[in-house]
Amino acid sequence: MTGFQRTIATLGGLSGVLALVLAVADAGEAGVLMIAGSILLAAAGLRHHLGLMPEARIDLAASIAGMILLLTVLDGEMPSASWPFLVGCWLIGWLAVEKSLAARGLSQAYSTVISLAVPVFFGAWIIFVWEVLTVGLQIPTVLLPPPSMIAVRFAASTSILWADFQQTFIKAALSGYIIGCGSAFIIAILIDRIPFLQRGLLPVGNFVSALPIIGIAPVMVMWFGFDWQSKAAVVVVMTFFPMLVNTMAGLQATQAMERDLLRTYGSSYFQLLVKLRLPTAAPFIFNALKINSTLALIGAIVAEFFGTPIVGLGFRISTEVGRMNLDMVWAEIVVAAIAGSLSYGLLSLLERRVTFWHPSNRQKNL
Amino acid sequence: MTGALSRVFPIATVVAAIMVVWYGFTVYLNSPWQIEQYEKAGIEWQMGDLVRDTMAHDRPILPAPHQIVTEIWKTTVEKKITSKRSLIFHGGVTLSSTLLGFAMGTILGIGLAVSIVENRAMDKSLMPWIITSQTIPILAIAPMIIVVLNAVGLSGLLPKAMISTYLSFFPVVVGMVKGLRSPDLMLMDLMHTYKASRWQVLWKLRLPASVPFLFASMKVAIAISLVGAIVGELPTGAVAGLGARLLAGSYYGQTIQIWSALISAACMAAILVAIVGVVSHFTLKRMGLRA
Amino acid sequence: MASKTGEDMVIDAKKLCLTFDANDGPVHALKDVDLGIEKGDFVSFIGPSGCGKTTLLRVIADLEHPTLGSITVNGMTPEQARLERAYGYVFQAPALLAWRTIERNVGLPLEIMGLSAVEKAERVARTLDLVGLDGFGRKFPWQLSGGMQQRASIARALAFDADLLLMDEPFGALDEIVRDHLNEQLLELWRKTGKTICFVTHSIPEAVYLSNKIVVMSPRPGRVTDIIESDLPTDRPLDIRESKKFLDIAQRVRNGLRDGHSYE
Repeated sequence: MTGFQRTIATLGGLSGVLALVLAVADAGEAGVLMIAGSILLAAAGLRHHLGLMPEARIDLAASIAGMILLLTVLDGEMPSASWPFLVGCWLIGWLAVEKSLAARGLSQAYSTVISLAVPVFFGAWIIFVWEVLTVGLQIPTVLLPPPSMIAVRFAASTSILWADFQQTFIKAALSGYIIGCGSAFIIAILIDRIPFLQRGLLPVGNFVSALPIIGIAPVMVMWFGFDWQSKAAVVVVMTFFPMLVNTMAGLQATQAMERDLLRTYGSSYFQLLVKLRLPTAAPFIFNALKINSTLALIGAIVAEFFGTPIVGLGFRISTEVGRMNLDMVWAEIVVAAIAGSLSYGLLSLLERRVTFWHPSNRQKNL
Repeated sequence: MTGALSRVFPIATVVAAIMVVWYGFTVYLNSPWQIEQYEKAGIEWQMGDLVRDTMAHDRPILPAPHQIVTEIWKTTVEKKITSKRSLIFHGGVTLSSTLLGFAMGTILGIGLAVSIVENRAMDKSLMPWIITSQTIPILAIAPMIIVVLNAVGLSGLLPKAMISTYLSFFPVVVGMVKGLRSPDLMLMDLMHTYKASRWQVLWKLRLPASVPFLFASMKVAIAISLVGAIVGELPTGAVAGLGARLLAGSYYGQTIQIWSALISAACMAAILVAIVGVVSHFTLKRMGLRA
Repeated sequence: MASKTGEDMVIDAKKLCLTFDANDGPVHALKDVDLGIEKGDFVSFIGPSGCGKTTLLRVIADLEHPTLGSITVNGMTPEQARLERAYGYVFQAPALLAWRTIERNVGLPLEIMGLSAVEKAERVARTLDLVGLDGFGRKFPWQLSGGMQQRASIARALAFDADLLLMDEPFGALDEIVRDHLNEQLLELWRKTGKTICFVTHSIPEAVYLSNKIVVMSPRPGRVTDIIESDLPTDRPLDIRESKKFLDIAQRVRNGLRDGHSYE
């Protein structure tokens, strides 16, 4: 065990001891569960000083047991023992993560499982702490609703959420994304043979990419009306330049030697483009596609703040904020987050398949 | 064509072409309304009249570039800075939250990057979520954040700056993590032979090596911080700042106002990125690296 | 050095000049090069960096254009020869496309030429076998060692059966043991196929071992200082490199290099 791990373990154990003391002190409030849990935590943390069973599994089990226990006693009035208990749980959980990651000689499969489990565990902890703090500290739900409330609202509003999703994601964001990326790609190829235009467009394109494009949303509403078309127009402008700049950079990324090679085969411009330059440009193009997937969703949602018919993620968020129905707002955010993460994840998978040969994707194989 | 000229000329041509196309569209998009006006007043009109008049609308569908420039001139040079209509005043409001958010985001980003690189638990727990966080459209929940923070008593500059912070920390984290991990393995081994502690390695090797990456990220971060500041101004009933001007213009149909706010924001973004670029150039030169 | 005339001149260069315009004045990469290469010759070009040997090879391949003088390849201009796919070029690095298997890499020129799938498969299999890479067709370049990648690159240059092979320091980046092995294989290939081979190197033993004609070049300006006809037997084992004749020729090469190379 490293010194760092030892410190965490000891602090965790001491938190458990503190929780125990407080639990015993107001025995009526806290109850047997709390006392038992505190003993468990204290033992988990301090056992390392005795050298007993140092496996990470024990820590993980103790932490999860503590989390479940805390959830069962969770209500508006939390005994004072809960807070050191929470801290202790967290420290023991962290210890489990540290130990798992420091372990050597694990099989490939097991390592992968740990790599996936750690962020999931971390995410679960965030939600757990959120729940405990909002309920236990009685934070007004108009400020920050607990996850449980959001989940309930989510389940109750699926039809509204689905309609909003269709309006914003499928109609506005997706169509804008396809048009924006597609046209940028085509234009990059068209001006490929005109270095003069490239020298002029590349700096201008870089400049425009850095601008707050979202500002043209009101202008688009004026030109294309309130419905999804104006939002799609905003997305087109937002996604166009990153895609153009990246495609151009990708097309210029081939090495002189490889181009000479194909020259010696007497290849035509088109053959050179398809067989060498486009595959070489693929990593750049995917970089732009991934960036644009995030931009498209944000663009579509924020554009709705500037005027929209009575449906859409942005619309729902801004109106529900006005009505202080924050649980609905968070439910909409969950939809947007899932949509965004899934798109990004799909693009990453596709990227890995297409650019399997690129050194950055090969690290693990060799 | 020699060096500098061969770089400026294509850009100038493209910009000039954009201007020509813009003027063309101005006439084209504003004509329907203008023609209607002619017909209502029973005036005979020529093409020359049409071209001239479409560029002088009060609320055009697309303002001509010179109209925008005039408006910007009127609201900056010809107004007192403290006036509520001065674009400089509004620009200053947006700039202040941009800079504060950028500063906080950079510091947060560097701190997170260092902890990710130094601690495996942080690396494995945080990195996936940091990447995921960017797929969550934070701009979309900016209204909520502002309202909630106002309710707990934080109003004015800080909530807007927090949105900018959230947006700008991501490129800094990603860039810094890459930069802190960029030193050659040989150099790491070298430090090992000197029995350097983790802190020494961080301070003497990793951090200096990460400076180019930091500057590249800061360029992205400052531009996106500006976007955050603008969007942050929208929910509070659009009182001050370039975003507020934008929104107010769209409510009252003042298209020239919209465009002037937009162009000012664009110029501000360009200037900020250029400043970071200049600082980057000189710092890297002093450090012996090619900027 | 006068060049021979004759219709079976594979490469015929007369007073070839190539001048680059650099920031600090003109660079004479090639000056008044006269060269004649006959069918079936194995010609090595040797000299220090800057002597123009790679430039000369690139001019033959139509990858550079001369500023003065003339050159014909197979009786045509280099451009015509290139479009007729008259030669195979091997670069200093393998230059294999990372997203293609070895098979598909070797088949790349055949694809561009538009051969049928059956023909392609047959030729690819044949050339891979020739360089000793059969069984590795389905692998990707980064799964192979440096020596094997370079062999794949040679296979690719052989795939479309051009009579002329242009090789630019192909074994430069490899270690000596692999190099010796590949030298032997290249000689074997030359004996079997009777192709004309132009080989650029900066290793004197390699130049003498492989070729029947050695062109010694020197820099500033890039020019030919000596053309040595080697009469070593075509069937030469590696240990011929210790024989007196070999050492004599090598010494002559060395002298030519020393005469031309100003040690400034």
